[in-house]
This record gives sequence, structure tokens and C-alpha cells, in this order.
Amino acid sequence: MNSGPVRGRLPDIVINGTLLIVCLLWLVPTFGLFVSSFRTRDDVLTTGWWTVVPHREWVTTSTVPLPDGDRNGTMDVAGVSGTFATLRQGVVTPDGKRVVWVGNKRLGRIEVQDQEWSGLPAFTLENYFDVLTGKTYEITDTDGVKHTFKGDNLAGAFLNSMAVTIPAVVIPVVIAAFAAYGFAWMRFPGRKTLFAVVVALLVVPLQIALVPVLSDYVRLQLNGTYLAVWLAHAGFGIPLAIYLLYNFISALPRDIMESAVVDGASHLAIFFRLIIPLAAPALASYAIFQFLWVWNDYLVALIFIGSQPDVQVLTMRLAEIVGSRGDDWHLLTAGAFISMTLPLAVFFTLQRYFVRGLLAGSVKS
Amino acid sequence: MRNKRLFAAGVLLAGSMLAVAGYAGAAMAADMPQELQDALAGKFKGTKVTAFGAFADADEVKFNQNVADFEAKTGIDIQYESSKQFEATISTRVDAGNTPDIVDFPQPGLMGNIAKTGKLIDLTTFMSQDYLKGQYIQSWLDMATKPSGKDGKPTMVGVWERVNVKSLVWYPKKAFDAAGYKVPTTWDEMTKLEQQIAADGDTPWCIGIESGDATGWPATDWIEDVMLRTTSPENYDKWVLGQLKFSSPEVKHAADVVGSIWLDPKMVYGGTKSIVSTSFGDAPAPMFADPPKCWLHRQGNFITSFFPKDRNLQPGVDYDFFYLPPIDAQEGRPALVGGDVWAMFNDRPEVRAVMEWFTRADHLKTWLASGGTIAPQKDIDLSWYGNDIDRGVAKILAEATTVRFDGSDQMPGEVGTGSFWKEMTSWVSGSEDLDTALKNIDASWPTK
Amino acid sequence: MAAVHEPLSPLSVPDASRRALWLHVLLTVGALIVGGWAFWNGFFFLRDTGTPKLVGAAVAVVWAAGTLTLFFFAATRIVEYLPLRWATRLQPFVFIGPAIAMVFYFLALPTARTFVSSLFNRDGSQFVGLGNYLTLFTAPAMLVTFRNNLMWLVFGASFTVILGLAVAALADRSRFERTAKAIVFMPMAISLVGAGVIWKFVYAVRDVSDPQIGLLNAIVIAFGGEPQAWIAQLQPWNNLFLIVIVVWAQTGFAMVLFSAALKGVSGEMIEAARVDGAGEVRIFFQIMIPAIKGTIITVAATVIIFTLKIFDVVIVMTGGQYGTDVIATQFYNQYFVNRNFGLGSAIAIVLLVAVVPVMIYNLRQLRRNERS
Repeated sequence: MNSGPVRGRLPDIVINGTLLIVCLLWLVPTFGLFVSSFRTRDDVLTTGWWTVVPHREWVTTSTVPLPDGDRNGTMDVAGVSGTFATLRQGVVTPDGKRVVWVGNKRLGRIEVQDQEWSGLPAFTLENYFDVLTGKTYEITDTDGVKHTFKGDNLAGAFLNSMAVTIPAVVIPVVIAAFAAYGFAWMRFPGRKTLFAVVVALLVVPLQIALVPVLSDYVRLQLNGTYLAVWLAHAGFGIPLAIYLLYNFISALPRDIMESAVVDGASHLAIFFRLIIPLAAPALASYAIFQFLWVWNDYLVALIFIGSQPDVQVLTMRLAEIVGSRGDDWHLLTAGAFISMTLPLAVFFTLQRYFVRGLLAGSVKS
Repeated sequence: MRNKRLFAAGVLLAGSMLAVAGYAGAAMAADMPQELQDALAGKFKGTKVTAFGAFADADEVKFNQNVADFEAKTGIDIQYESSKQFEATISTRVDAGNTPDIVDFPQPGLMGNIAKTGKLIDLTTFMSQDYLKGQYIQSWLDMATKPSGKDGKPTMVGVWERVNVKSLVWYPKKAFDAAGYKVPTTWDEMTKLEQQIAADGDTPWCIGIESGDATGWPATDWIEDVMLRTTSPENYDKWVLGQLKFSSPEVKHAADVVGSIWLDPKMVYGGTKSIVSTSFGDAPAPMFADPPKCWLHRQGNFITSFFPKDRNLQPGVDYDFFYLPPIDAQEGRPALVGGDVWAMFNDRPEVRAVMEWFTRADHLKTWLASGGTIAPQKDIDLSWYGNDIDRGVAKILAEATTVRFDGSDQMPGEVGTGSFWKEMTSWVSGSEDLDTALKNIDASWPTK
Repeated sequence: MAAVHEPLSPLSVPDASRRALWLHVLLTVGALIVGGWAFWNGFFFLRDTGTPKLVGAAVAVVWAAGTLTLFFFAATRIVEYLPLRWATRLQPFVFIGPAIAMVFYFLALPTARTFVSSLFNRDGSQFVGLGNYLTLFTAPAMLVTFRNNLMWLVFGASFTVILGLAVAALADRSRFERTAKAIVFMPMAISLVGAGVIWKFVYAVRDVSDPQIGLLNAIVIAFGGEPQAWIAQLQPWNNLFLIVIVVWAQTGFAMVLFSAALKGVSGEMIEAARVDGAGEVRIFFQIMIPAIKGTIITVAATVIIFTLKIFDVVIVMTGGQYGTDVIATQFYNQYFVNRNFGLGSAIAIVLLVAVVPVMIYNLRQLRRNERS
């Protein structure tokens, strides 16, 4: 077992301090979105999310109409004097107030402002509500009567996403685990070349596969089924899976396996009884990545399943919620978080496999 | 459409509409094409028509409401689905043989690209030219005719279902009137208004062209509007077809007019640099500040759904629009339009019925009542519009001396949704001068 | 330590009892057929009826995992019953067979078709040989694209790997390991669209007289500067701002893998070095890094390949405008929007070819590693 945090001459404060800075940098953008998801659309568009923190700001305490006469030169107003340009910027009086010209020379007002603490910000759960339970639409029929009704909610899409993702993770993991073992520990002609080719295919942009695969699916009447998308995701994900798993499996200690061979174990026995348990961290790592990739995928699901309301996955639902032209993009603030919950849960669940360190002590570098 | 709730609401509507439609149906029966009559008589009960398009959310709900009544009367189930990556999806499905029955193209240019595969049905095989001419003015029919198949024979492949008008300038009416500004009726008057506003200390225009991978399209709209106002429609058509080059004096002049506004920091809110980084949907927001920080915004009538929602802005009270004024009196009052055109992949009687139904203005009744679109069909009754804004826009369309479709939507993809957008963005963002940009667009025109 | 290394010597295959041979074979093959039939038809059954989704998904998982294992089990058993020579030859192919088959069909075949298509014109009607390649290597837009990909490689890939390693190493020694790792990993769980919105709030720019809603500009203004259009105007630096987004999102990937590798380094060795009086930093660079060299190479190669393929971030943030085009966005534009299949395919092939040096270097390093 790796003996806990290693005590060394690098002080804890340096380590933890650096980590803290890194974590803050990582967290702040997401935190900004989190805060924004509780604000209304107009708030989000006009002020920064950090303004929800109580701060001192200029608050208008009284209003004075614009001065008469020539507005192009210096004017005296509310006890200060200045040109239109300077007044627009705001002139601070000696007693701590600010006089500001709001508007243009023709239409507007003079505001006298004081520094005050901002009140509690206006939080709303409306974004989450709209995303989770469906948006409310208002339709007027030809008699002028207004009808309101709700659009689709997320529950169905959520389940569909799960139904698409889980098998699309399991299948490549199983297939790639076998293949990685084969490449690492079995002898056959063309081993190295085949391996190199499989890994080289990592770089293929999956869009080039869409048309040929779809036409074959159409011929086999597979299109529109979940099986289609599971196979597609598996196919696209196997090169990375093999690459990662190979790296791990080939590093496993040879002597363990050779002694198993001496004991009369076949490849299959070695695979199931030794490799799988030892490779659990790598399998878990890859499973997480594939889960994330499939969960957040839009194009592959769209092409092979389509976006009819009853088979839509979460990404499609969220994309639609934004509106035809993106006029409701503020709903994405809530949508992104809702969509993140399950992948994060999966990550935390599989995290514990990372610390098993079963090999410690027996690995020769 | 499988959503039970929407269907139930649709039945409610159907009941109220049957009375109206029945009468209207009887009066128009003589004009109706055969398949549509059969459908309304219930001959295609239980059949299914798959539809695909790029619109979603509120538009999709309005579309489904529209068709709910039709579905109730005919028993045809119209199943619509949408995609955010429309070009990639439709392209893939066409090439793989997995085409939907009917497809809504937001750009006829893309329809033209697909038409080349020869997979779009020739609509004149079941809708006579006379009937079509009775339903649409010639411009619409021309814009739906594309070279099809290997031999490139011009074929009528699309019907226009609903359109929007783009030559509109929006302004914050209440503040505008309070400030004493007057709505301009000629371009010179508008220039004077801009200078007046500038002298008063504000920037007159709000402009934003950011739009993800479609960034730059509002710039093309401006140039097209100005082209229509400074040169003849024939030149416009030649330009769209690639016969009049971008570097020609007519196009350059139009771009210069646009540049005289866009590149002048006193004219645009946030300066030129904010044009490229402001999303087109966020651009009109400063108009509704109190008092407004900018006063004019040129955009199609769909923009109303992007106005701030918190403040319950009333059309005609808080905001209004005026027609983008003409520049050269001899070019009359042209209208730049955009719209949705439906094309057909699979030829079955019920699919024909649906396409025929799209050609009649009364199919849009619910959508018109809810607002947000304009009907291109000739048999429109202005009273069907649910609000005065839409009615006003429809009037502009009806009174226009020339109607032309958004040019970039009609050009081949490389240009219309490619170099035209990108080069205009580069020019506005200052990384290229105008002549280079125009030259690059010309160079990108595909040679067959 | 990964290597294209020596496999196990040919294993002896258990000599199955011949008497029950046919029975075993029958059962195995039968199980295979039944499993396959159940898998195929059962799926359609599930799909067409209105079975509750979650039940359907659960059943699907059982089927997927179950039938796959059944297949492997059955296939290896079958192979074991064959004469030893055949068994040894065939068994590896049982293990790698399904993977090779899937990869061939989903990736290799389309690649071959793409290559063929790149030799033809836009709709496949005319052979143009290397014409498309000539076009794309001389078009100025493509040269900008290549420059951008180079920037992505140099900055994006290297920062991802370095940061991932640094965080993994630091977290390994910290009390807050799990929290820190979770935080750095979290961006990976966010979809691209979500990430786009998040960074929109960081890079947004507003007019000077308006309050800023973008974090970066707010900071700039607080220090007295002017708001900048980070993504739109500061060319070519806007690429760097996009790269930041991907580094933010991808470092978690590198970190997870490095963390697993670091944990596998023998504690005894480290203790021994410490006893010898080596400092923390020296231990890290001279013991731990060499120990995980294989992982470093693997992660670096993977990250480089992902970076070369970068598409979603660019499309969502700028659509390839403002001089931020990369190879993948160009491919998308040419292939789907312009429907110029010849040129699009050529671009995809160039992407593939660009990776080959990475793979060659990778394999060579591994072989060298093995020899030392």
C-alpha cells in the first residue's frame, strides 16, 4: 500500500496552497454559471454574476430634471458644474454623493446618487423550473382565446440518456478489455502492426463514418433503435479503450501471470481471475471517460436515433429548450447543471477504484 | 406528433376551428388540389408523414398547434423533429437514404444543394402551375425553383410556408416620441436623424452580428437591403447567381454605405468592436434601457422574441418599427425577406396533401393569431394576424414594389453560409480591408 | 510501464475430456445462438413496446454484458477443444476479434472510403487525383488553419499534460486529495454546450459605459484597462483564449490517468531514496517520473491526438471565425455545409496523416523503454 501522504521537505503549506490556487481557477468559471442559473435572464445579460455579493454601489436617491438652456457648454446642476460629457461620467461631490447625467442631451434626467450597500439579490428558481418541468407556451387561437400549456419535461430525456449511455459504456469496456489483454500477453502474427493501426484510428473524426454506417443501418432496419447507437459508440470508443487498457494491462507484473501459467491456467482463466481484478482502476478510468463522452454526445445520437420527443436524449432536449434561434440560452445555465449531476455521481462512485493500489510493492519499475 | 397533451389541446382548438374552417373549406373547395380534398374527406386516416426542420421550442409548439387541427380533420399523423446541426443531419440522412417525408429548409441555398442529388420531388407533378400562380406571387415561385438532378433542369421543388420581412428598423417608441425624434421616410432623413442623435450625445445604432458558427449573417442582411435600394433587382439577381462580382462597383458601393454607419464609432453603441462580439439576440437590449442607450436596430421581425422579457414591453407602445427607407427613389420600396420552404422527398398521396395544405394561408391561422410570422400566400386575410406589429409588417410586404429573398441564403453554401459571413466579419473586426474581403468572397465562389 | 513487449510463452491448453466433447460443443454453440437471438430480437421487442425506459435500460445492460461475456466464454472454450496448434493460433483472435471487427467496420472502412473520395471532385463524379490536396495546401484560409492547429498543439497539449501531472503529484501528497481531484475533474462532466455558456460569462465584453458581465473584462477594468473582445478581435491571441477552455476541460483526463499511475509507483523505492537523503523534488523528477514514463507517453499521445481533432469548442464559441479555424471545423464546413465531399475528405485524410508521426514516435519510445 502506498504509505499515505509522503512526508518530505516540501512543506504542506506549499502543496496545499498551490492546490488551492489551482482549484480556485478551475472552480470560478463553473461557479459563475452556477450563480447565474439562479438569476433572471435580464439580470444575467446586464450585470455580472459577482454582483450578487453584497457590495457598495451607487444608488439613486433623488432625481432632478435636465437644466434648461444651452446643453452644449458648461452647466450648473445639482450643485456641481460640468459639461455634458463630464456629467455623463458622473461627478463626485465633496460630501460623497455623485451627480450623473442619465440619457442624452434631449431626453434624460440628472440623478443624485449615494454609496449604499446593495440589497439582497433577486434569486429565482425559474430557470430550473422551466428546464425540469418544461417551458410554458402561450398560444392564441383564432378566436383570440389564449391557451397555455407545458412543453416536455426532462424526465423522459434523462432516462433515454441513461438507456443510451450505460450499454454504450459496458460494451466497449468488455470488448476492449479482451482485446487489450490479447495485444499485451498473447502471441500472434501481426500483433504490433494491428495494434499500431487500431491506435492510429484514434484520430479518425467520427463524422466521416456517419454516412456509410447510416446507410447500412437503413438497409438492416437498425436506424432509430438504441442498438444502433450503442454499436456506433462502442466502435468509436474502442481505440481509446484499447490504448488505455493496454498501457495498464501490459504493465502488470509478469511473474504473477507466469506462475499462474505454471499452475496450469489458460488465458481465459488468467484473464478473469487475475487481469480483471488488477485492471479495475484502468477499467474504471476508461468507463468514466466513455460515460462522459456518450452522455454529452449530440450528433451521433441525433443521426442514429433521431429527435422524436419519446426517444430524445438529454443533450437534444437541452438544445431544443434554447429556442429556434437561441433566444432562451439562459436556460442552459440551469440545464448544464442538471445534465452534470449524473456524470459527476458516476465519477465519485468510481473514484474509489483509483486508490486501490493493489500492485504496490510488487511492481518493478 | 405524439405528445398527448398537445394533442388534447389541439382537439379543443379543432372544435372551435371546425366551424370556421368548414365554411371556408366549402367556399374554397373548388380550388383545392385533389389530394388535399381527399385528405379532408378522411381518405388518409391513420397514415403518417415525417417532417424535419431546424426550428424548435416555441416555433415547434406553434407548428404543432397549426397542424393539430389538420391532423384531427384528416387523421394524418405529422411527426416533426428538429436538429440544431441541421446541415450535417439532413446531408447525412439524404446521402444514407434515410430521408424524412418533408423537410423545412431555412435557406433555399441548401435546398438547391440537395436538389442536385435529384431526390427532391417535382411539385408540378401534382400541383398545376396555374394553381401555384394563384397562391403565390411569381417571386416566391422563382425562389423555390432549383436545378435538379444530374442534368440540372430547373424544377419547382419547394413551397413557401411562412416568411419574415427583414427590411425593418425597430425603435423604442415611448422614449423616441418623448425625445421628439421623428420616424424617417427616406434614407437622407434617417441620416439626419442619426446625426441628430449623435449630436445629442448618444450612439444611434445597436448592432450585433455574433451568432456562433453563423456569425456575420446580419452584416449580409444589411448589405443586401442596401443593394436592393441602390441598384436594380436584375443586378441583385445577377449578384446572387454569381454573375455580378462582389468586387463590382455596385456591391462595393452598398458595402461602403453600410460601412459609413458601422465603422463610425459615433454611430454604433459600443463602437465597432462590440459589433463582432455582441450576439445578434442581445444587440437590441440597450434600446430598452431607461433611457435608451441606442435608438435604432435593423432586423427581421423575429427579433421581438429576443426583447427583454422581464418588463412586459408592449408592441406599438414601448416599441415599434418603421420600414428601412429607400435610398434611390427609382428603386422603389423593396422588401428583403427570409422564410421557410418545404421540400418533399417521398411521394405518397398523404404527403402530397400536406404539401398542398402548406400552400394555403388558412393553414397558418393559429400561428398568425399567436404572432411571430408572416404568410406569403396570396389568399391571406389581414384580419387573421393576432397583433398590429405583424399586420404592419404584412402590409409592408404587400405594398413592396420588389420582393427579394435574403441573398446569402440563396448563394451556394461556400459563399452564402461561408465566405460572405466570414469576410464581412473580418472586415468589420478590422482585420481586413473591404477590397480584400470582397476579393476573397469572389475567389471562394465554387466553380462547378 | 507500457511496452510492446514480450507476450507470455504459449500456454498449455487444458486437454478437455473427449467423451463429453460433442456435448460441450453443442451446449456452447447452442448458448451462443440462443444468446444472439435473444439479444437481437429482444432488443426490437423492447424498442417497439412501451416498456418503462429504466427497465429497458437495465435489461439492455444485462443483455449487453451478458451476451458479450457469453460469446467470449463460448468462443474461447470452443477454441480450447481444438487441437493444440490450432488453439494457440486461434485463441488470440478470439480475444481481439470483436474489437478488430468493430474498429474495422466503424473506423477503418470509412477511412478507406474517405481516402478514395478525396481523390474525386466535390460530388464524386470526376477523378482529380491530388487536386484537392493541392487546393488545401495552397489556400490561405487553410494555412491559417494549420497555424492554429500548431498553436493548439504547442500550448494546449503541453499545458494539459504538465498541469495534469502537477495536480496529480501535488494531490497525491495532500490531505485534500479527493476534493482537489474532484474539482479539477469536474469540467470534464460538463457538456461542450455548457462549457460554451460558462466561458461566455468569462470572456463577454460590453461597452465601456456598461457594467461588464464577463469576469475577465471586469478584472481588467478594475485594474484600469479597457474591455477587450477576447475571442473576437485579439487575433491571433484569441486562439489562446480558446485553448484555455480546452485545457480547463481536459486536464482532468490527464490528471486521472497520472494519478492512477503515480499510485502504482513502489513505496519502497521512494522510502529508500528518502533514506539516502534525496529531497522531495529530486525524488519526483528522478524516481517517479521515470517510473511512470510509459503513462506519460500514453497520456501525451492521447492528448495530442485529441487536440489535433479539436472541433466542438471552436464551433460553439466562434464557429471558426476570427481566424480560429482548425482542421476539424474546416472539414465540417467543406463536407456538410458546402457538400464538397472531395475537399472535405482530403482535409480529413490530412488530419489522419498528421497523427502518424505521433504514433511512430510513441511506439519507438515504448520500444526503447522496454530495452532499457
